[in-house]
Amino acid sequence: MKILVTVKEVATVEDEFEIDGTEIDERFLGADLNEWDDYAIEEAVQLQEAGVADEVVTVTIGPEECEQTIRQALAKGADRALRVWDDDLEGVSLLDVGAKTDILQAVVDREEPDLVLTGVQSGDDSWGATGVSLADAIGFQWAAVVNDLDLDGDTASVHRELEGGVEELTDVSLPAVLTIQTGINEPRYASLRGIRMAQRKDLDYLTLADLGVDSSAVEGDLTLTDMYEPETETDVTIFEGGADETAAALAELLREKGVAP
Amino acid sequence: MSDVLAIADHRRGELRDVSYEIITAGLELADETGGDLHVAVISGPVEEFAEKLNRTGVDAVHTVAHGEEFNHDVYVQAITQLHDAVSPQYLLAPNSVNGLDYAPAVANRLGLPLVTDAVGLETDGETLIATREMYGGKVETTTELEGRAVATIRGAEWSVAEGTGDAAIEAFDAEIDESAIGSTVTGFEEVGGGDVDISEADVLVSVGRGIDEEENLELIEELADALDATVSSSRPIVDAGWLPKNRQVGQSGKVVTPDVYIAIGISGAVQHVAGMKGSDTIVAINTDPNAPIMDIADYAIHDDLFDVVPALIEQFQ
Repeated sequence: MKILVTVKEVATVEDEFEIDGTEIDERFLGADLNEWDDYAIEEAVQLQEAGVADEVVTVTIGPEECEQTIRQALAKGADRALRVWDDDLEGVSLLDVGAKTDILQAVVDREEPDLVLTGVQSGDDSWGATGVSLADAIGFQWAAVVNDLDLDGDTASVHRELEGGVEELTDVSLPAVLTIQTGINEPRYASLRGIRMAQRKDLDYLTLADLGVDSSAVEGDLTLTDMYEPETETDVTIFEGGADETAAALAELLREKGVAP
Repeated sequence: MSDVLAIADHRRGELRDVSYEIITAGLELADETGGDLHVAVISGPVEEFAEKLNRTGVDAVHTVAHGEEFNHDVYVQAITQLHDAVSPQYLLAPNSVNGLDYAPAVANRLGLPLVTDAVGLETDGETLIATREMYGGKVETTTELEGRAVATIRGAEWSVAEGTGDAAIEAFDAEIDESAIGSTVTGFEEVGGGDVDISEADVLVSVGRGIDEEENLELIEELADALDATVSSSRPIVDAGWLPKNRQVGQSGKVVTPDVYIAIGISGAVQHVAGMKGSDTIVAINTDPNAPIMDIADYAIHDDLFDVVPALIEQFQ
C-alpha cells in the first residue's frame, strides 16, 4: 500500500503583530509544520512500521523555504517528498480549496496512492475542506475528522470525532482520503538519525506544467479583500501588579464568590 | 437565481442548534438577494424535523427520507439533486463535523466556489462577502466571490430562528445510487465517562498549552486541591495524553457551566470557548493580553502562570 500525506508549512503569528494590507507583516511571522499534518504523517509512518504500508510519500504546495519543514516529515519517517511551486503560485494571495484540489488531484494521478491522509485543517487559513474536496475530485471514498484508524484489507474502520464527546464509528472502502484529527496518535520528534537520513531522501520539485495543471486553475474564485484584528467587546477586569498582588486580588475575589477557603 | 438553500444538521433523532441558526443566516441572505429561503433536511424522522424547521420566513422545507443517520454519500447525492431542482444562488451548510464531511464534496461536484467557517455573510445580490477568522482567531478577514457559491457557517454566530412559518413542506424524491455509497456508519461511542464529570463541577481549574510540560500539571492539581475544585483542560492537554478525554472542555469535549472557571495558559480557541462560555465567572491567567480568552473573561491576570499560580496557592495555605 502506498500512502500520500499532504504536508503544509503554516505561518505562525507572534502575540503582538501588525497587519500590512491583507497580510500580517512578515516581521511577525514564523513557519511551522501544520499541527494536524504532523498527526497525519505519524499515522502513515506507524502504518508503514506495522507492515501495512509499503511507501509513504508527502506532497507540499509551497516555495523553496518550505523544504526545512518537508525535511521534518522525512526525518519522521516518510520515504520521499514532492514539492509543488512555480511563479504562478508565487503570485496568488489566496490559494482556495478548488485550486488546491486541482493541484493535488494531479499529484494523485501521478503517484496513484491507495490512501491519502491530510490534516483536518491548517493552522493558518483553516479551510478544513481540502481533503474531502480532493476525495470527490479523484473518486476516492473519504472520512473527515478521523481520530482512530484501523485498516483491514480494503476497509478503513475509523472513528470520526463529532461534537459533544461523541464519536461516530464508520467503515470506509479503500482507496480513500482520511482527514486526520489531532490526538489520534502521539507524533514523534525527529531523531538525530532521522534528521541525518532525511538529507539523503528524495525531495522532488514539480511545477504546475510538470503536473499538467493549467496556470489558470490556481487563480481561484475567492479574493481576500481585508484583514484586521477582531474588535473586542470585552469588559474584563484586569488585576494589575506583580504576581503576589494579582494572586492576592484573585484570592479575594474567589473568597467573595464563596468558592475558596 | 437568487434563492438560498440551507441544510439542517441532526444527530440521533435530534436537530442540532445550528439548524435553526442556519435559517437565520439564510433569511438574512435571502432578504439581501430578494429570493426565497429553502431548507432541506436529509435522513432521520424528516417529517417531524420539517415541522420544527418551519420557522418564520422559511418558504419551503424539502425532506429527503433515506436512512436514519448521516451518511455523506447520501447527503452529497441528495444535495446536488436538490441544488439542480431549486437552483439557489447560495447553498449554506453548517461548519459542523458532518458539514465538513459533505460540503466540500458538494462544492467540488457542482463546480462551485466554497467558503468555510464563515462568521458573517452578506451579499449585494452578486458578490458574496464572507467574514472568516485566520491564525486561530488572531485576525478576521473578508473574502469575496462572485456568482453562486457554497458556504459553511460557524455555529453560535447567528441567532436561533424563532416563530412558526407557513413553508411548503415537500418530500423531495432524490434518486440515491446505493452503489455509490462507500461508507457505512456502524455505531456511536460516548467518550469520557470515567470517575469525574466536569460538567457537574462548581469550580473548574482548567489548563491549556501554556503549561508546557506534563509534570507542571502537579502545580494545577495543587491549586485545584486548595480550592476544592476539579481539573479540566483544553484540547492540546488531552491530545498529548496528559489528561483523559473526559476532562476536555470544548466543542468536541464537554460543555461546562461552573460558578467559576479559571482558565490557565489557555488561549481561548473558538472550539474551547464553545464549551465554557456559559460559566458564571471566567478568570483568565495568560501572558498574552490579546489572547481570545480575554474577550470572554470577566477577570484576567496578564502574567506568567508559573509566577501567579504558586502565589495563588500560597494565598490559601
